[in-house]
Amino acid sequence: MLGTLWHKVFSSGVSSSSVIGQSLQRIRPSFSATRSYASTSTGKEMTVRDALNSALDEEMSADPTVFVMGEEVGEYQGAYKITKGLLDKYGPERVVDTPITEAGFTGIGVGAAYHGLRPVVEFMTFNFSMQAIDHIINSAAKSNYMSAGQISVPIVFRGPNGAAAGVGAQHSQCYAAWFGSCPGLKVLAPYSSEDARGLLKAAIRDPDPVVFLENELLYGESFPISAEALDSSFSLPIGKAKIEREGKDVTIVAYSKMVGYALQAAERLSKEGISAEVINLRSIRPLDRRAINASVRKTNRLVTVEEGFPQHGVGAEICASVVEESFEYLDAPVERISGADVPMPYAADLERLAVPQVEDIVRAAKRACFRAK
Amino acid sequence: MASSFSTLKTIQPFCFSTTTTRSQQKSTLPTTNSSFFGSNNKLHKSFNSFSPSTNRLRSAVVAVSDVVKEKKLKTSASTSNLLITKEEGLVLYEDMVLGRVFEDMCAQMYYRGKMYGFVHLYNGQEAVSTGFIKLLKKEDCVVSTYRDHVHALSKGVSARAVMSELFAKKTGVCRGQGGSMHMFSKEHNLLGGFAFIGEGIPVATGAAFTSKYRREVLKEDCDEVTLAFFGDGTCNNGQFFECLNMAQLWKLPIVFVVENNLWAIGMSHLRATSDPAIYKKGPAFGMPGVLVDGMDVLKVREVAKEAIGRARRGEGPSLIECETYRFRGHSLADPDELRDAGEKNHYGARDPIVALKKYVLENNLASESDLKAIDKKIEELVEEAVEFADASPYPSREQLLENVFADPKGFGIGPDGKYRCEDPKFTQGTAQV
Ligand SMILES: Cc1ncc(C[n+]2csc(CCOP(=O)(O)OP(=O)(O)O)c2C)c(N)n1
Ligand SMILES: [Mg+2]
Repeated sequence: MLGTLWHKVFSSGVSSSSVIGQSLQRIRPSFSATRSYASTSTGKEMTVRDALNSALDEEMSADPTVFVMGEEVGEYQGAYKITKGLLDKYGPERVVDTPITEAGFTGIGVGAAYHGLRPVVEFMTFNFSMQAIDHIINSAAKSNYMSAGQISVPIVFRGPNGAAAGVGAQHSQCYAAWFGSCPGLKVLAPYSSEDARGLLKAAIRDPDPVVFLENELLYGESFPISAEALDSSFSLPIGKAKIEREGKDVTIVAYSKMVGYALQAAERLSKEGISAEVINLRSIRPLDRRAINASVRKTNRLVTVEEGFPQHGVGAEICASVVEESFEYLDAPVERISGADVPMPYAADLERLAVPQVEDIVRAAKRACFRAK
Repeated sequence: MASSFSTLKTIQPFCFSTTTTRSQQKSTLPTTNSSFFGSNNKLHKSFNSFSPSTNRLRSAVVAVSDVVKEKKLKTSASTSNLLITKEEGLVLYEDMVLGRVFEDMCAQMYYRGKMYGFVHLYNGQEAVSTGFIKLLKKEDCVVSTYRDHVHALSKGVSARAVMSELFAKKTGVCRGQGGSMHMFSKEHNLLGGFAFIGEGIPVATGAAFTSKYRREVLKEDCDEVTLAFFGDGTCNNGQFFECLNMAQLWKLPIVFVVENNLWAIGMSHLRATSDPAIYKKGPAFGMPGVLVDGMDVLKVREVAKEAIGRARRGEGPSLIECETYRFRGHSLADPDELRDAGEKNHYGARDPIVALKKYVLENNLASESDLKAIDKKIEELVEEAVEFADASPYPSREQLLENVFADPKGFGIGPDGKYRCEDPKFTQGTAQV
C-alpha cells in the first residue's frame, strides 16, 4: 500500500511528497495546541524541507566559510530539493556538486573543516555515508581529542536517514545508533520544522562534527512554526529533548518520524483514559538523560520507539539509563519498540511488519499500564 | 580472425588512430567562463561541440570502430563479411526487444502502483547487456547495479521471475524480498543488483578471484569469466580504481563494462570527471581499455568477444567503455529536467534496436516478418509475465524472518533455553525477535 503512493523521490516539487507523507501518517495531530512551540504563534506553517532549506540559506548568508557539498546539491537542486535555489544564490564555489565518491568528498570536507571552513556535507541518503564512515568516525570524530584540542572539526554531515518506502534493504535503514555510539560526534534527529531549523542552525554553528539525521518521509510535512523560530538568529540547544505532549501515566520516548507516531498513539491512548507523555529526543548524542529520567520518575512507565534495529539501539541506551538512574521508580517493565531484527524487505506487507506502527506503540503503552492482555 | 583488438594483449603503450565517436569528441573539456568546479549550466549541453584530440593517447586503447572496419576489410566473400549469422542476429534482436518491452511494461506497472520504490529502467542501453551477456556461458557471472532488470533477463532469468519480484510476489526471483534494485539468481550466476555506487565492482572482482582460485589452487577445470556492469558516474568512485589495480595485479578473469550514458542522475559526466575518456583508465593500470559504440550491438559484441576471450584464456582483465544513452529519466521518479532535448534526440536517433533491425534487413539476414514475429512473441511473453506476477501470492508473514541467516540459529537462544528459531511461534512475532 505504501508503495502505490510512492512517487516522489527525485521529484522537483514539494507537492507530491507531501501527499505521500500525509497518506503515510497523519502527522498533524488535532491536539497541536498542546505542543510547546517557541512562544509566539503566527498561525504560519512550514514544511520540513523549507525549514532545512531556509536554515542552510541563512547560515550560508551569515557566514562565508559555510559551504555545501555533495551529490546533486547544485544543478539538480538536491536529490530531495533541500538545497533548492542555493546554487543560484551562492554559486558553484559554495554549492559544490561532487562526483559519486563519498569516501573522497567526505574526507575533503573533513580536511576543509580542519583548515578553517564549515562544510555541510550532504549524503544523498545516509545509507551512502557507509562508504564514508571512516572519515566520519576516524577523521572527524577523533581529531579534536587526538590533537589535544588543537584541531576542531566544525562539519555537518546531513541527509535523509531511516526507513524509506519500498526501496529494499540497502536504502532503508536508521543509523542513529551507529553514529550515536561514537564519542566525538554529536548526533541530531529533527522531527518538526522547528526542530529542523533550530537544530540545523545549531549544527552549522557548532565547533564539533555533527551528524544530522533527517527523514525523507517528513520532508513534505507541514508544521506550525513560530515567529521566533523563523527569526534568522533562532537555534535550538544541542543535547536537549523536547516534551511534545505532557502526560502522567506513561512516557513515550521517540525521535524523528517516530515522534509523529508517538503523538498519534498518545492521542489514541487518551481516548482510552491513558495520559501519555511524549518526548522528542531531538538529540541522540548527547542524550538528554535528565529529561527522560525526570519524565519516567513522574509517569513510572516507559516505552521507547525507534525505527532502527533492536540490538544495541537507541532504545537500549535509554533503557540502560533509566535502569541506572530511576530503577526504583519503574512500575512496569520498559517496553522497547524498534524495527524488526531483519534487513528491510521490499514487499510492502513485509516492510510494514518490519517497522514500528502506531498500533505497536499503543499496545506497548497499554501493556506498560497493565491495560492489555 | 586476428583483429586490431588482439594487440591489446600487450600492455605496452600503443598509438592508435581512432575514428570519431562521442568520447573522442569530448575528450577535452571545453573551456568555460565559470570554471570553478565546472558547475556551469551550459556545459552539459555542449556535448557535440568538443574538439577531437585523441592522437595524443599513448596507451593500449582502441576505438572499436577500427576493429570492425578492419574485420570487414580482411574478409572478402560477400556473406562472410557479416558480423553475425542469421541465428545470432535473431537471438540478439529478441534479447534486445525483450529488454525494451519489459522495461516499458515496468513503467506502466509502476504508474499503476504494481511496483514501487526506486525503479531504474534500461531503455536505450540494450546493446550493452545483449552484446555482452549473450556471449556468456551459464557458469559465467554477472554483477549488476540498481539498473539490473535487463541484465537479469539477458542472463536467462525468466521475465516472470523478474516481473514477479517487481510486483513483490512470492514467485519473484528473490521472493519479493529484494525488489527492483536487488536481483539475485544463483542458478544463473547473477550475483546481484547492488544499489550502492561502486559496490558491485569489488564483489565482481571477488567472483573472478574465485574462478582463478578454483583453477589454480583447487585445480578445478574452471574457465569462468565475470562481467561487472556499472555506469560512468561510478568510474569516479575509488572502488573502481582499487579493483582495476587488483584485477590486473592478479590477472583476474573479469571484464569491467562501463555503460557510459553520459549522466549520473543529474550530474553530467563532463562535470564529474577530470578526464572523461574512461577507457583510458585501463592502460593506466596496465590493462587494455577499449571504447565502443554502445548503441551498436554488433560492435559491442565484437569487443566483448575479445575481452571475454582474454579473460577466459587467463590473460587478465579488460576495461570496456560503451558509449550509450538512457532514453528515460534516471529512475521513474526522476523529472529528467537537466538533459538537453537536442542531446536526447541525437541519441534517440541511434536507437540500438532500430540499428540492429536495419542491419538484419539490409543484409537479408531475416525478413521483416521474422522480426515482427519476434516482436509479437516478446509482447506476449511480457504480458504473460505480468499476468503471472499479478496472479501470484504475496509473501506470507513468516517470510519476514526466513532468510536473515543461512543458519537461523543466528537469532540466538530464547528464554526457554532453546534456539529461538525452534520456537513454533518464532515467525509469528516480528519486531519482538
Ligand atoms: C554510494 C552511493 N552514493 C550515491 C548513490 C545514489 N545514486 C544512485 S544512482 C546514482 C548515479 C549513478 O550514475 P552512473 O554510475 O553513471 O550510472 P547510471 O545510473 O547512469 O546507470 C547515484 C548518485 C548510490 N546509489 N550509492
Ligand atoms: Mg550514467
